[in-house]
Amino acid sequence: MSGEAQILMGNHAAAEGALAAGCTFYAGYPITPSSEIMELLAERLPANGGTFIQMEDELASISALVGAAWAGARSMTATSGPGLSLMMEGLGYAAITETPCVIIDVQRAGPATGQATRVASGDILQVRHGSHGDYCPIALSPWSVQEMYDLTIRAFNLAQRYRVPTFVMSDEGIAHLRESVRLHRDFEIVERNRSIESPPFGTDAPDGVPPMPAFGDGANLLVTGSTHDEWGYRRVDHPEQHARLVERINRKVLDHVDDIVEVDSRYLDDAEAVVVAYGFTGRSALSAVKQLRTEGVKAGLLRLITLWPFAEREVRALDGKAIVVPEMNRGQVAGLVRQQVCGGVVSLCQTNGEVIEPAAIVDKVKEALA
Amino acid sequence: MTRALEHWLRTEHTAFCPGCGHGILMGCVIRAVDELKLDRKKLLFVSGIGCAAWIPSPNIKADTLHTLHGRAVAYATGAKLANPKLTVIVVSGDGDLSSIGGNHLIHAARRNIDLCVICGNNQIYGMTGGQTASSTPVGAKTATDPEGNRYRPFDLCAVTRAAGAPYAARWPVTRPISLVESIKKAISINGLGFVEAVSPCPTQFGRRNRFDDLKSLYDYLVGLCVTREEAKKMKPEQLWERFVIGEYDD
Repeated sequence: MSGEAQILMGNHAAAEGALAAGCTFYAGYPITPSSEIMELLAERLPANGGTFIQMEDELASISALVGAAWAGARSMTATSGPGLSLMMEGLGYAAITETPCVIIDVQRAGPATGQATRVASGDILQVRHGSHGDYCPIALSPWSVQEMYDLTIRAFNLAQRYRVPTFVMSDEGIAHLRESVRLHRDFEIVERNRSIESPPFGTDAPDGVPPMPAFGDGANLLVTGSTHDEWGYRRVDHPEQHARLVERINRKVLDHVDDIVEVDSRYLDDAEAVVVAYGFTGRSALSAVKQLRTEGVKAGLLRLITLWPFAEREVRALDGKAIVVPEMNRGQVAGLVRQQVCGGVVSLCQTNGEVIEPAAIVDKVKEALA
Repeated sequence: MTRALEHWLRTEHTAFCPGCGHGILMGCVIRAVDELKLDRKKLLFVSGIGCAAWIPSPNIKADTLHTLHGRAVAYATGAKLANPKLTVIVVSGDGDLSSIGGNHLIHAARRNIDLCVICGNNQIYGMTGGQTASSTPVGAKTATDPEGNRYRPFDLCAVTRAAGAPYAARWPVTRPISLVESIKKAISINGLGFVEAVSPCPTQFGRRNRFDDLKSLYDYLVGLCVTREEAKKMKPEQLWERFVIGEYDD
């Protein structure tokens, strides 16, 4: 891996990842605990030839993001729960117009203003279902400062590849953690297909990703959040057009889980008990699994690096084992795990704004095996 | 509109009701960009949700971005900043730009983003069935104010000028030449130019306010128009049921 190791804050590593991934546009609104991302980009993005703007609110931020993407930019924003809630309508617009953009959600304890400086992972279901109608965003979950960098880069590439809003679902713990990271260049940059020859909102493939020209490319684009045909004409009373559009914008993600879904499996081969974890909690979970192994307990870890689309196949493979899902919410992912397995799933919920300690996970695994 | 301007259209019909003023406004917008000899390839129209938002999308043949209700100016801001070579024209309604989207309008004016923002002001929510807008004249009846609107409307030209826009103008659609000239100015100036077109809505506004024929509605709206000079001699509350027309360039 190239790049010197250095000590960085998670939020700064995400901003470095955005710059490395070729981000050219940032629009955002300050919110704890994400603001260090916009502060670093306010300085670095214009110096790199990009555009930074602090908007009047999060409704404007996601709107500007989408406008910029259609004007040719690789655009992103960062926010936290209250801002994310304001962005929900704009998220649906990005989904139906198939606009690539990156949203870093640094999760904090909610609902509402909650505890602005405390850690949580309460937004998992919101990014998937928070906007009305059916859509399928991509969401990645970093557990380290290194992954804040790596997954932000991956988010830009996935957004361009699939023309879909893509989330990096960080949390206050990772965002403000300072640890070693290498700002390497060992990755490719995916550019979107800007051909003006084919329709920008339809392909023959029911799971296909059409090309996306930019404003100014001469395509005379018709972009609308209403149901539209493959050239962008509104078709608001046409049952088949609506079904075709909604099916495709979901299938283009769901039919490509092999490319999108990434998990980190540790000690799973002989495991009798498996901890399914993500984000900061993945660190505690790995620590707990290692301790259990020293005690002779055959424990393993399935860490979800991709949260959406959900790692259904990988979770289903755990059926028959004791499963523990520690989360800084009321069991949002535990419910998803239960949908995939027949056996019991033990949910370890913690909503106190603190990270989950390894000891709590160790106890829960022993309880599940008893 | 003359046939010579038809190359700006990609549709043969609009969705506007008979007697709606938005078709006249659409003609004015097209005439303005044509007279300025703007490069279609570098021209972007952005609109929100509502009847006026359908003026550019899908009718005008250029890049168009038909956005969420209220957010047109924010989308336009992003597009303009990402590609400053684009000429960006926002066309939307009074409810879209000043009620649900008022915050974005004043902030774009404050930042003086180089946009032309055109407001088709029909004084009512036309598409959703005739509810009160923040531009409804005091006393006018709507679906949500059957006894008549109680609250003063925004003077959007004064608002955008106060927020920092260097140019604003208001004309009824019965003065298309003035509208075309003001739209050309709003496009050409460096910064945010705002143009409001007072446009009749016979279907929702006219019906609820007992204008039995189109001419009486047009006469009513034109009768409410006062020049800026005349307005200076009137009390502020008298203007709550008037349209101050002219250029806000002082």
